[in-house]
Amino acid sequence: MTDRAIATPPTAPTPLEPPALSPANQAVLTQLTRKDFVSDQEVRWCPGCGDYSILAQTQKVMPDFGYPKENIVFISGIGCSGRLPYYMNTYGFHSIHGRAPTLATGLKAARPDLMVWVITGDGDALSIGGNHVLHSMRRNVDIKLVMFNNRIYGLTKGQASPTSELGKRTKSTPDGTIDHPIMPLSVALAAEATFVARSVDTHTEHLQQTLERAGRHRGSAFTEVLQNCNIFNDGAWRSFTDREVRDDRMLVLEHGRPMLFGKDRDRGIRLRGLHPEVVQLGVDGVAEDDILVHDEHAEDPYLAFMLSRMFFPDFPVPVGVIRDVERPTHDELLSAQLAAAVEQRGEGDLEKLLNGGETWTVEPDDRP
Amino acid sequence: MAERHLPTQELERVTIRFAGDSGDGMQLTGTQFTRTAAVFGNDISTLPDFPAEIRAPAGSLPGVSGFQLSFSSTDIHTPGDQPDVLVAMNPAALKANIGDLPAGGALIVNEDAFTPTNLHKVGYAENPLHDGTLSQYTVFPIPISSLNARSLDGLEMSNKQIDLTKNFFALGLMFWLYERSMDPTLRWIEDRFKARPVIAEANARALKAGYAFGETTEMFHTHYRVAPAHLPPGRYRNITGNEATALGFVAASRKSGRPIFYGSYPITPASDILHLLSGYKHFGVKTFQAEDEIAAIGSAIGASYGGALGMTGTSGPGIALKSEAIGLAVMVELPLVVIDVQRAGPSTGMPTKNEQADLLQVLFGRNSDSPVAVVAPATPGDCFDMAFEAVRIALTYMTPVIYLSDAFLATGAEPWLIPSVASLPEIGVENRTERAGFHPYDRDPKTLARPWAVPGTPGLEHRIGGLEKADVTGNVSYDPDNHHRMQLLRQAKIAGIANDIPELTVFGPQRGDLLILGWGSTYGSIRSAAERLQATGQSVAHAHLRHLNPFPRNLGTILSNYRRVLIPEINLGQLALLVRGRYLVDAISYDRVRGKPFRITEIVEAAEAALEGKTVS
Repeated sequence: MTDRAIATPPTAPTPLEPPALSPANQAVLTQLTRKDFVSDQEVRWCPGCGDYSILAQTQKVMPDFGYPKENIVFISGIGCSGRLPYYMNTYGFHSIHGRAPTLATGLKAARPDLMVWVITGDGDALSIGGNHVLHSMRRNVDIKLVMFNNRIYGLTKGQASPTSELGKRTKSTPDGTIDHPIMPLSVALAAEATFVARSVDTHTEHLQQTLERAGRHRGSAFTEVLQNCNIFNDGAWRSFTDREVRDDRMLVLEHGRPMLFGKDRDRGIRLRGLHPEVVQLGVDGVAEDDILVHDEHAEDPYLAFMLSRMFFPDFPVPVGVIRDVERPTHDELLSAQLAAAVEQRGEGDLEKLLNGGETWTVEPDDRP
Repeated sequence: MAERHLPTQELERVTIRFAGDSGDGMQLTGTQFTRTAAVFGNDISTLPDFPAEIRAPAGSLPGVSGFQLSFSSTDIHTPGDQPDVLVAMNPAALKANIGDLPAGGALIVNEDAFTPTNLHKVGYAENPLHDGTLSQYTVFPIPISSLNARSLDGLEMSNKQIDLTKNFFALGLMFWLYERSMDPTLRWIEDRFKARPVIAEANARALKAGYAFGETTEMFHTHYRVAPAHLPPGRYRNITGNEATALGFVAASRKSGRPIFYGSYPITPASDILHLLSGYKHFGVKTFQAEDEIAAIGSAIGASYGGALGMTGTSGPGIALKSEAIGLAVMVELPLVVIDVQRAGPSTGMPTKNEQADLLQVLFGRNSDSPVAVVAPATPGDCFDMAFEAVRIALTYMTPVIYLSDAFLATGAEPWLIPSVASLPEIGVENRTERAGFHPYDRDPKTLARPWAVPGTPGLEHRIGGLEKADVTGNVSYDPDNHHRMQLLRQAKIAGIANDIPELTVFGPQRGDLLILGWGSTYGSIRSAAERLQATGQSVAHAHLRHLNPFPRNLGTILSNYRRVLIPEINLGQLALLVRGRYLVDAISYDRVRGKPFRITEIVEAAEAALEGKTVS
């Protein structure tokens, strides 16, 4: 009997290059539709919840990646968002509060061939799981983290969250919260995330595009989805996301395009010293050339960080891809180290390992 | 110089304790002596004892670091109750250890270190070398520092560097005294300091100088010989518990065809397992130094979910943090090995000191009824077998398994009979791939394990998680009867492992007056105590549990075969509580929690009291 070879998963395809498939399977794949990603479980969120839209857009974009659905895994923590994996007809793991990124890290390390999504909420990701978000991002673990942000704890029935605005009155903060809110995108950038984006539950087209970009990114993708909780925090983002005001109060980012907004695209963002300012084209000699041009691939994160700080009412709220840069992923580096170890030392020999170090032999003797 | 011919005295067993400052290299000195004795063929057992501080102030009591080793021509189980020889490198080391040296014991001290300042630091009003307080010992005051410094004359080294080699002088002297070859250590020095020839030369010279001093001084009138031990034939190596643990896991990985994923956060005394495994990448071992204990276990669960052998290792405080995630693993029924190298607690406790007090924590330290399998190795070498066993149970039963080692096992060493790879059993484990009739919570009728269907398997897409599962389908369920059934099923699955583990064996009479029942690293002391009591004709038996959950199926019968049952533990009666609760046996608990292993004599005394129906407090 010899020691068994270690089962190795198929070579890691990346989200950018889906795994090679036989023509027959390819044909099946191309036929995949949104419906193939709908599980048999009854969806149970409150009627009117923003989660329905996020689920629908997620199911819609899944066929586009060219991944067989059995190679896609959704991992979640606790909260309303945590139920999403049950509704996806892929592999899914509803884990414990705040820890989904840790499971995803281990899974992705063990199985680089899988496409791993992490579904989380503002409390799950930034409060109890804050540490794990930081470290999964800095390691560039190849996970698509989608954070539903409704600025409230929904599942536990309405307490303040780390993104709740200062002074917010909730069940746990009847006199108003005294905790300064956290800026999720700033946190992601500070944690060295290689992909950072924001979208809105009700802006379905934009949300779809953003999720698709996140899915195609190789490495940590942090996507914040501004989402409404119509029971405990109705209208959380209404002041700038409503159809009537959104053109004037939101800034849709596009790579290589000037940061213009407004119904007539006549306002924009200009840099003044170290600060952004809102300017009006044609006023005081402001021309389109003065407007900042969005560069999501900029290696340095300074402008991306500036965008992550811009918020209503002082600024239009930026949505879209804020940053998208390339860096080796955690699983690539880990696999490379293993390959290098085999290269240098040969495939591990168990017999040799057990007999390593200083050994000696005891001969059979006749002593009593 | 003519060689002196001193008489050689044959001894069966010798126990030496090296003690000095934590910067004096006492652990290294002890380890080198251990290796040499082991290679010579003695049976050995070691007890490193070091402070948690990296460098406590020099010469202070908290900074004293010790290493005790016992080597013998017979089969031994412990590093010895008391040293025969104490090597004290300074007054602090003397003060901290002299209480353990029996009258008539040999005391070798570095006389140079007995300066007024050093004496004052530890509260000696007079120099104990001169005031008669050590008259009951055979004292050998040797100016180790200055003799050593002289032997390094001409080497380009600072005084401080020179002083750092004095431990090798002491080691050389002990090699001479016990007729041990310097060769293994000289080879080690050459290899270790390859890049620094001056340091290598200095250490080698210091070692030889110590040896030569023994040979030439008139101080010692005899030297000693401990013959090789009568051990089962085969190839041996010297091994610590942490080393054996890491090897056991790699072997189990090979025998199951499952690559190891080890997620861990540094913590004493478990960190060495992470260090060792991270050097086995060419065995397909992936290690991950997580941001915290929770991430460490979370990543291991994620890896197991993906089909790897997910493992995480920590010590008691880390288990406290991992509790919620262990509960998750219980609910999702995935294989997982959780290593707990126990240390003295509660809270941060005494990080480098020994205790076996996490048994109830790992059994019950989670919300709800949350059964897991628990195994515990008995000796450093046994760590290999029980690590292998932990993996076998985890993969066969789709369950978390807790592997309870402790600080004494982790750092203690003994000769280990190296098994052949072919003699190790295969661990058969398959992933479910068959679509027809697949349900995530179907159960194997024999093991009650659910199928391991890993992502990437077409047609088996399913969702798992921490919410209660409906029997068979695995869907979320709040049905009261289903919850009751699932709790019973999870319990039955772990209880059923009893049919798949060896029955408990008894050392000594199969029926009699007293059974001493133990678990974990107390094995050596209890076994030695039982041997002593049996030698005096007492009806005393020893049984040692290596499976703590479930217990071996014959434990109840064994307990009923003795008039009394004594349970010595380095905790306040945890196994005793379980045995009393489970078997309604009026077991006598004997507990000592001093951060150290039991002395054999303590157990002998407790057993003698128990035989009379008394307890020893």
